[in-house]
Amino acid sequence: MDKSIPKLDELYKEIILDHYRHPHGRVPLEKVDYHAEGMNPLCGDEVKLGLQLKDGKIEKVHIEGHGCSISVASGSMLAQILKGKDIQNAKQISQALKDMMHDKVNGAKDDIGDLEALEGVKRFPVRIKCALLPWTTFEEAIIGHDHIEIS
Amino acid sequence: MCLPKRNRHESGKTMLDTKKIRKDFKILNRKIWAGKTLVYFDNAATTQKPQVVIDSLVNYYENYNANIHRGVHKLAEEATEAYEKVREKVRDFVGATKNDEVIFTRNTTESINLLAYSLGESLEEGDEVLISEMEHHSNIIPWYLLRDRKKITVKFIPITKNYELDYSALEKLINKKTKIISITHKSNVLGTVNDIKRIAQIAKNNGSILIIDAAQSVPHMKVDFQDLGCDFLVFSSHKMCGPTGVGVLVGKKELLEKMPPFLGGGEMIRKVTFEGFTPNDVPWKFEAGTPNIADVIAFGTAIDYIESLGIENIYKYECGLTEYCLSKLKQFDFLKIYNSSGTGIVTFSNPLVHPHDIATIVDQYGVAIRAGHHCAQPLMKRLNVSATARASFYFYNTKEEIDLFIEALKKAFDYFKVGACKKLNPVGG
Ligand SMILES: Cc1ncc(COP(=O)(O)O)c(C=O)c1O
Repeated sequence: MDKSIPKLDELYKEIILDHYRHPHGRVPLEKVDYHAEGMNPLCGDEVKLGLQLKDGKIEKVHIEGHGCSISVASGSMLAQILKGKDIQNAKQISQALKDMMHDKVNGAKDDIGDLEALEGVKRFPVRIKCALLPWTTFEEAIIGHDHIEIS
Repeated sequence: MCLPKRNRHESGKTMLDTKKIRKDFKILNRKIWAGKTLVYFDNAATTQKPQVVIDSLVNYYENYNANIHRGVHKLAEEATEAYEKVREKVRDFVGATKNDEVIFTRNTTESINLLAYSLGESLEEGDEVLISEMEHHSNIIPWYLLRDRKKITVKFIPITKNYELDYSALEKLINKKTKIISITHKSNVLGTVNDIKRIAQIAKNNGSILIIDAAQSVPHMKVDFQDLGCDFLVFSSHKMCGPTGVGVLVGKKELLEKMPPFLGGGEMIRKVTFEGFTPNDVPWKFEAGTPNIADVIAFGTAIDYIESLGIENIYKYECGLTEYCLSKLKQFDFLKIYNSSGTGIVTFSNPLVHPHDIATIVDQYGVAIRAGHHCAQPLMKRLNVSATARASFYFYNTKEEIDLFIEALKKAFDYFKVGACKKLNPVGG
């Protein structure tokens, strides 16, 4: 692991701040097939996630909640990336992000798009939970849990 | 042992020699990131410990470590005496009388749980417990647990828009079913100090028991148990220069004697037979098992240290720091500051930059502040925010440190372009 002093620029990449200022997926859905609420009781961050499916693919994603720039940006990226993916593929992406955060090698790294910008978060270990909150919520939604708390 | 002496300014104004005091806290020289020295502004969570307190722990383990109240040998005698002396020290420090008792617990939380459990035994279905909207979770959950056990009701005294307790609402809420009022002396978020004497009068007229969560007051201001007029007072050693793992419950002896024990085991019994047991006298009735001997003894040293500075001096000094910090924060006119009269604690937020992001950025400049809900989720709900940032001071902090904090905050707001683009719609709550 890199032992040098972590730089704020590694955490707050422009792309992350962009997502934070103009997050995707804020439009509520008229119908949801999967839904979950995630919460980090430690800091009060909250995520509400809804998915609408069509022909086995995620057609629409709705995500909203309170959170820091990292959790909001990560949720916005989720909304952007998961659109059009089938559940299997979506799960792989989620796994790829987790692997990246925990420094594991993962073959699927290529197609994680903007999520790569979150790599800098792992230099700030207390913030990893912020980045993963929308994704853990997503994983819980598709296995049918409505409400999760991670701490 | 080198305790700083009280220092008097020529003008007669009391003051603290912070430069000298800071030498007692090695940790304050710690480098956090390259070249950045620690600025510790998370004192409401826990304070740092002066060297004398650390030495006191080491001295106990090196020289007279023994279990107490149960040995006839020399070490046991010394350890018992040192432990029991702290009880008297605590009693004097908070102005309790001979008829009041000091019980050692693990922390404020355990003290409140003890009360909720033991006092709660005499409550009946339909009885009410009054707490306030500015309580720490540790003064909420024990009452919820009791509510579920005894089918009682827990009611909240609201706060006003000036972040003060709404005393007129309290008078309306209180009624003959109100058996217990449990309220914080000083809010760990707002810094507001509640008028306990006034509440005590109301409680007394109604025949309700009054419990005061003094976790944030005893370390920072003169607290006098008798003068306040409450029945119980609880606080933690670790928030006043002492070690973790020691809490205090001060209570009126006649009430404690009537209350059933909380935990059972050694120390809290007088006699055990095959049929049952007779509990010990208070305070030991409430101290089951081997207590936290070393930390209680070192807590005594912490009280000596605070007394050597003078609690009034500490209070005045912190008022100065708070005023200074608030005046400096004024330049950030986009910040919402949750403080009207509070001292020692400055809590703020802005919808464009989340408290977590602020805390991460100022941490890069060595400044430790707290971000989140501060274990007061109902209060956050009441303030209509999901999280806030909090800087909290102690007597070893300085105006220079506040300047560094303000500089670091500027960097945080620059990063998020707060101020420059105030018109942006708030995101993320
Ligand atoms: C007002 C108040 N009450 C209670 C507590 C709980 O203290 P402890 O964690 O030591 O039990 C705290 C500390 O966070 C507090 O600030």
